[in-house]
Amino acid sequence: MNRWASSIVGSVVEAWAELRIHKTRVLLSLIGVAVAVTAITVVVGVGAIAQQAITESNERNGGRSALLSINAYNEQTGETPQPDALQGAFETVLERYSIDYATRSLYAGGKAQFASGVVDLQVQAVDVDFGTIHRLAIDQGEWFTDADEHRLAPAVVINTTTWKLLGSPDLSTHPVIELLADGSVTAVVVGVLPPKPYEMASITMLYSAWERITPDDARAGNAPNYELWVPPAIADELTPLVRRDMQGELGEGFTAQVNRGDYAASQGDDPLLPLKLLVGGVAGLVLFLGALGLVNISLVTVRQRIREIGIRRSFGATAGRVFFAVMMESVVATLAAGVVGVTLAILIVQNPSVREMVGQGVQDLPAFPIEAALIGLAASAGVGALAGLLPALVAVRVKVIDAIRY
Amino acid sequence: MSLLRLEGVTRSVELADAASLHILKGIDLEVSVGDHVSIVGRSGSGKSTLLNLLGLLDDPTTGAIYFDGEPVRQLRSGERDRKRGSDIGFIFQQFNLLSGRTALENVMTPLLYATGSQFWRRRQIATEMLERMGLGERLTSMPEQLSGGEQQRVAIARALVRGPRLILADEPTGALDIETGASVMALLDEVAEQSQAALITITHDANVAAIARRHYRLDRGVLSPVDVTAVLALATPEVTL
Repeated sequence: MNRWASSIVGSVVEAWAELRIHKTRVLLSLIGVAVAVTAITVVVGVGAIAQQAITESNERNGGRSALLSINAYNEQTGETPQPDALQGAFETVLERYSIDYATRSLYAGGKAQFASGVVDLQVQAVDVDFGTIHRLAIDQGEWFTDADEHRLAPAVVINTTTWKLLGSPDLSTHPVIELLADGSVTAVVVGVLPPKPYEMASITMLYSAWERITPDDARAGNAPNYELWVPPAIADELTPLVRRDMQGELGEGFTAQVNRGDYAASQGDDPLLPLKLLVGGVAGLVLFLGALGLVNISLVTVRQRIREIGIRRSFGATAGRVFFAVMMESVVATLAAGVVGVTLAILIVQNPSVREMVGQGVQDLPAFPIEAALIGLAASAGVGALAGLLPALVAVRVKVIDAIRY
Repeated sequence: MSLLRLEGVTRSVELADAASLHILKGIDLEVSVGDHVSIVGRSGSGKSTLLNLLGLLDDPTTGAIYFDGEPVRQLRSGERDRKRGSDIGFIFQQFNLLSGRTALENVMTPLLYATGSQFWRRRQIATEMLERMGLGERLTSMPEQLSGGEQQRVAIARALVRGPRLILADEPTGALDIETGASVMALLDEVAEQSQAALITITHDANVAAIARRHYRLDRGVLSPVDVTAVLALATPEVTL
């Protein structure tokens, strides 16, 4: 035990002394490693932000993973079920499986009165959870809350085109929009969606409000799509159960379709795998080049130190101790370079301008990923061990007296 | 008490043409605690090979080496290295101080391979050893800041710092002038005697060899005892290394 303790402490002391004495050589040899570790950590860190940006973009289009989309129809007639029956079946399923996030989604046409005249609108009717499920970003104002269900004047979130038709009003002034449905309805604008190219005027309102302002005949035959946000791990198991229960609730003759609608379902297990492989490949190549430089310098250094190694052997350094000491020098040095590299990488990745550039429009900008730092440190230690292996083998094979007389 | 014993030791190497080169032939040598033995020999006489064997750095082709009565061949590599560290001190012709390290750090180096209090108290032990060598004022000096005599005294301190029972001195005065060499040898002889360590000196300097109590000549791989007058008579250019 005592021998192990003194052996380990002794090796570290030796390694540190060696690094201290040859600091210029060490510094030069480690620049490459530090740069490589910085690069690998930066690409992993930036990659995490880029992945988050891609994920969020996909989630906006197709919903978060896993999103189950439900619709139902009569097998014989092709008709959709009565809205109340469908809603009842849907609520039963939500309650039975304790599903917290669910929404209806329906597209309809509409008209609105603007200063410039009446304009056709696309109207989307959704529930409050739609914003969370589809990770909607709001440019101004805010998304709906449960309190909006009780407004007498319906709340609407409008797109940028509609906002411009309204004269780009400040939302703090509570602007209104005149909807032309069954008569005229005044709606309060609570939020504006970010601009998209070539979009027509559209508004989004809560489903309950849409039902209230839309005549029965206009609602007939326009059944909403139902969406459930469930944990991906149970999505496959839950899908047939939801289908079965929906059909059971709707009764004889109705078929329910339950499909995954999110990006992850349509793109296989890991849609980001190609990106990860690309990033990992570039990082690995950078590290490999750094390691090659280090091995080269370490080998030259060990050959220069043959006499010193012989002297140490004559003082009782075992072959294992010499091997370990040379390895430790390499590992301690590259770990130090790794710490510098990771620190630099954190400064780069956390730089506000870099985060802004990489993560444009990302809602949940991820913190610097701890795995990037760990990968950087592990890579530096691994490179140190690999780069130290060859010189350590050379050191062990030194013939002591020949080395001393070298 | 016998510390090191060589019985019928030979050492041969295979040459490229499958022939054998016999470097050492039938070496018999016994060194006891407190003994002082000198070995003189020409270049190519086998001194380095003998030093390797005496320092437990190599195995004989035939014959046996006993350290403390124990056959060295039976020791595993690590055990042999540890025994060398704890029981044998090397002094080299070119001092071989580690560059970039102070005198104190050089003397502390062998203690890095020690265990227990020798390891944990290495700075104190090394300081005391250098003070004993009269180098208490030069603890932080780099090798290049020391004179040849001072460097060899640091090397002696380094060889003795773990309290070895056998000191192997390979041309200890080879890089020193006559006067400094004499004072270094006197010091080495004194500290070896004080610590009851056996001292084997390999030298071409007959005056240095004469300080020893027993004298040997190595010639074409054969080790033979000689008396001091013969050693002094050998002080001719042809026995230099």
